[in-house]
Amino acid sequence: MSQAASSQFVNIGERTNVAGSAKFKKLIVDGRFEDALSVARQQVENGAQIIDVNMDDGLIDGVEAMTTFLQRMAGEPDIARVPVMIDSSKWEVIEAGLKCVQGKAVVNSISLKEGEAQFLEQARKLKAYGAATVIMAFDEEGQAETAEHKFAICERAYNLLVEKIDFPPEDIIFDPNIFAVATGIEEHNDYAVAFFEACRRIKANLPHARISGGLSNVSFSFRGNEPVREAMHSVFLYHAIPAGLDMAIVNAGQLTIYDDIPEELREAVEDVILNRRDDATDRLLAIADKYRGEGGAKARQQDTKWREQPVEKRLEHALVHGITDYIVDDTEEARQKAERPLHVIEGPLMDGMNVVGDLFGAGKMFLPQVVKSARVMKAAVAHLLPYLEAEKEESGQAGKSNGTVLMATVKGDVHDIGKNIVGVVLQCNGYDVIDLGVMVPAEKILQEANDNKVDMIGLSGLITPSLDEMVDVAKEMQRRQMSIPLLIGGATTSSTHTAVKIEPAYDNDAVVYVTDASRAVGVVGQLLGEQKAGYVSRVREENAKARAAHLDAQGKKERLTLKEARDNAAKLDFETYTPPAPTFTGIRNFVDYDLATLREAIDWTPFFATWEMKSRYPAILDSADYGPAARDLFRDANEMLDQMVAENWVEARAVIGFWPARKDGADDIAVFENDARQDRIATFHGLRQQIQKRGNKRPNYCLSDFVSPDEDWIGGFCVTAGLGEEVRSKAFITANDDYNNILFKALCDRLAEAFAEHMHQRVRREFWGYAPDETLSNEELIGEKYRGIRPAPGYPSQPDHTEKATLFSLLNATEEAGVTLTQSFAMHPASSVSGLYFSHPDSVYFGVGKIEKDQVEDYARRKKMDLADMERWLAPILNYDR
Amino acid sequence: MSERWNAITERAKSHILILDGAMGTMLQRQSLEEEDFRGDRFADWALPLKGDNDLLSLTKPEAVAKVHDAYLEAGADLIETNSFNATAISQADYGLQDHAGEIAAAAAKVARQCADEWTRKTPDKPRAVLGSIGPLNKTLSISPKVEDPGFRDVTFDEVKETYRGQIDAMFDNVDALLIETIFDTLNAKAAILAAQEAFDAHGEEKPILISGTITDRSGRTLSGQTPEAFWLSVKHAKPFAIGLNCALGADEMRPHIVAISKAADCRILAFPNAGLPNAFGEYDQTPDEMQAQLKPWAEEGYVNILGGCCGTTPDHIRAIAKAVEATKPHMPPQITPTLRLSGLEPFQIAVNA
Repeated sequence: MSQAASSQFVNIGERTNVAGSAKFKKLIVDGRFEDALSVARQQVENGAQIIDVNMDDGLIDGVEAMTTFLQRMAGEPDIARVPVMIDSSKWEVIEAGLKCVQGKAVVNSISLKEGEAQFLEQARKLKAYGAATVIMAFDEEGQAETAEHKFAICERAYNLLVEKIDFPPEDIIFDPNIFAVATGIEEHNDYAVAFFEACRRIKANLPHARISGGLSNVSFSFRGNEPVREAMHSVFLYHAIPAGLDMAIVNAGQLTIYDDIPEELREAVEDVILNRRDDATDRLLAIADKYRGEGGAKARQQDTKWREQPVEKRLEHALVHGITDYIVDDTEEARQKAERPLHVIEGPLMDGMNVVGDLFGAGKMFLPQVVKSARVMKAAVAHLLPYLEAEKEESGQAGKSNGTVLMATVKGDVHDIGKNIVGVVLQCNGYDVIDLGVMVPAEKILQEANDNKVDMIGLSGLITPSLDEMVDVAKEMQRRQMSIPLLIGGATTSSTHTAVKIEPAYDNDAVVYVTDASRAVGVVGQLLGEQKAGYVSRVREENAKARAAHLDAQGKKERLTLKEARDNAAKLDFETYTPPAPTFTGIRNFVDYDLATLREAIDWTPFFATWEMKSRYPAILDSADYGPAARDLFRDANEMLDQMVAENWVEARAVIGFWPARKDGADDIAVFENDARQDRIATFHGLRQQIQKRGNKRPNYCLSDFVSPDEDWIGGFCVTAGLGEEVRSKAFITANDDYNNILFKALCDRLAEAFAEHMHQRVRREFWGYAPDETLSNEELIGEKYRGIRPAPGYPSQPDHTEKATLFSLLNATEEAGVTLTQSFAMHPASSVSGLYFSHPDSVYFGVGKIEKDQVEDYARRKKMDLADMERWLAPILNYDR
Repeated sequence: MSERWNAITERAKSHILILDGAMGTMLQRQSLEEEDFRGDRFADWALPLKGDNDLLSLTKPEAVAKVHDAYLEAGADLIETNSFNATAISQADYGLQDHAGEIAAAAAKVARQCADEWTRKTPDKPRAVLGSIGPLNKTLSISPKVEDPGFRDVTFDEVKETYRGQIDAMFDNVDALLIETIFDTLNAKAAILAAQEAFDAHGEEKPILISGTITDRSGRTLSGQTPEAFWLSVKHAKPFAIGLNCALGADEMRPHIVAISKAADCRILAFPNAGLPNAFGEYDQTPDEMQAQLKPWAEEGYVNILGGCCGTTPDHIRAIAKAVEATKPHMPPQITPTLRLSGLEPFQIAVNA
């Protein structure tokens, strides 16, 4: 089983390295440790996941400086949060460092330079201190330059460590030496290529070992020409990461995006890095000067007439139109006019928000606009906050709130667009919202609820296992005898599930299913109002009705036995039909996929639905009611897309695979290593419809029906457009910019879906190649007018999320596409899509629907899982009570 | 590994092992006075000694034996030596730094005698002695001076040496080592290193059990680590069991034990306090209340070893032992090997599928 992991490439902060940073060195030499710490803090804030600390310098007492710095760092939780890389060429400095860190650190580095005895002695000590270590490709002969020598040293070191001293292989990180290229010396030309090759061999032969490197070496000959150096770094990483580089010491803030490098420069750099032509160095030198010192920014013209109005009107205008440009100045002006800072909020700002609320209520403003208004409001309040605090301190008075709602996406789930929208809408209506984010365990939700004395809890979730998690939260609330309302929302939830499963677990207060954001305000208002009792009893009545209806429906729907359903399986023609063979078997990955291409394939209708504007694109742009708001939103989305594409905000990656397969038994699909179809490498398990099909004699489908019992193939894919999403999203959150945050996430989601569609098309045309001449418009693609299907585990045709584990392991999706699975089998990053490919012309999407216990028992047996476990995963589709 | 420990390991396969409860609480109940602490040996000692509970192993061993016996009678499989503070650094508070070794040795001897006697009495339920290694009154990750955060009043090597002295003194009479009440993981890492050096010197390895302390509802150790980061920092000790004790009652400790039980591929131990202290600093959770909180943990499969810390008594241990008598122990999860590091928080690089 895969598990939640921080995937992707690991950035090691390099600025706390006296060898790499003159500024940091000066701070250490001068003994200015406080300032030196802020360098470390910046690194962590900029996304460094490990902090490299190096004090190797003639002017510095390494042991002393390492000790002092690390001890000071221990007292700074925002820095000490991340692991330390203790970086020194002197053993005594390394050991001094190890004596200061409570966490599990990485040492950088040890090597075979002084022979086996010393190497093993040091490694033994590292093991006793509980540290991982970087090992340089350096032996008694010197630093390895060729791929063969690099690998030979690494292999020798690995075997010594693992066999002689039982060193954990997962704690080994190799540094196969990044050397400068384009130095003018011919022997250096192949250094980067040798590094890539060494990486590939290490990954293929030395299990669990990782690879790191010091990136800046590679561009050493272009000192002083930062744009060229950055381009070299970017191109180097572009090739090194797929080869197996896991981490590097880099200044993350300064990496150029591969696609942003001017074509001419990129070409020249690529020639150098890949050693593609003999005159590569000369050619790069010839153009290098052209790129020294680049930059530029663009501004936008705007209508500024409203600026001439009085400040109150300006604030209102800014709120209604969602303009943040002047909000701080205007708020300040209003503050100076007002008697108390609070009056600015209660006066012009709330007035403005009331206008927004009225327009929203009257259907004249739409969600995206309201969210933008909230962003303006937040910026204004953020400006006033220090004054409010100061006043509070003086007077001891606290501000008033309509009530506090705690919101969280439950453990195992990473989806939060809808939850964020609800949060913003509630804030607009004067409620305080504590948003705990995604993957929040029950314990934390309830603890925070308690500590903050919130008035109610809102839980969100998108994938089916979240339903169970919500039931657990409800049970735990009951056990702790809490008595506040519990709100349930999110794509996977339903009024029926809430009534049947959640409400019975918690009866101390109301359990309310909230269909969408626009309902949330009404529900929260009722629950905090004077008529609460009446409202709660109405909710309970409705829930009771839903339960009764559910019971009733269960009794009525007749199901077939599993055997009967199998007898009515879809019988596709495999007699006269020969399944097409794909152009390759095994996997193929695509990194840094062109976002501009994906953008063309976006299906916009669901995008508008995310914003609760439910109408078809493109008609929505001209619709009478949604039109103006939709056009604004569409423009904002496209502007953001322009930027996302130009600046590569996210990276799109994909991995696809094809394997020889055959139907296995009635409902499974066996997957094989090769065409001999003898070495089985995996099994995809299927679930079969058990609904009684009257009259029309339609078959009871299962995915296995679409695969031949003889010679066939199956494909799989995992695509993501979310690599880098979190960092960018955090920046928006930090800037109090909910609007752009939600917009951004919704776009990532769309890009991922577009990627899946686009990749499926390429599969049909090129990779499986059974429809080479297919030409379909984007609309036709969205309408799924093509041959073959791409069903995803967790969706109607195969509702079992756990099948993703099999798919991910076949695709090696975590490594190849950077997508991991949480314990609930949600994909992380959230903007990812995975599924299977079937090629048969008669394969169709279907919904498995509710299934009976006989099938669940059989299925659990086939999957070798406990029945109870299986029932938990399949809970939403069981046609009986567990 | 000792014969006795093999028997314990065997029992751990099918049972939740029972650890004893508080030593201090039970010694207090004996209303011991200054002269009891001094004995003949330290009658003329210049400093007051009342309150140095560890010293009693030397000066009034029968008082300590009485507590061990009561816990063994209540059903404890494992008892801890009365050596929580029996280190040169901690005993310096009483001027007894030069006697720390003697005190630790005496603690191990008393516990050994009591445990062996009960093993004889109930051969089908073997008893073992854990050498208790406490946290010290000096800490490596936190400055004692507010104005100087980089300051430390002790070094890593000093901490390691003091633990080494304690371990050497107890070595022959303990079956395993329990590094406990860890509020600074760096101190614990020094203790682990000391233990490994002692094993090398004695030519014999003993199992290590490790127990951290989550100090409050922040869910962190005093030095700031999350439970999982704590586990990653000490897992190189390959402990027999990892877990938590002290500071929290069972209910408050539960989520952190659950977190560790999912992250660690070894046995899980827990010995919480008898609830949270009341306004007078006393623990008033009853044995029945405590077992009622702990029983579900066991039934849901989160623990292998249960006992009690501050405020617990033989009655608490008896109640817990009875509650989990027939319950199956925790099955450690299979953890895929991959590079895992930690600062205050865990860090993990993607697992190779």
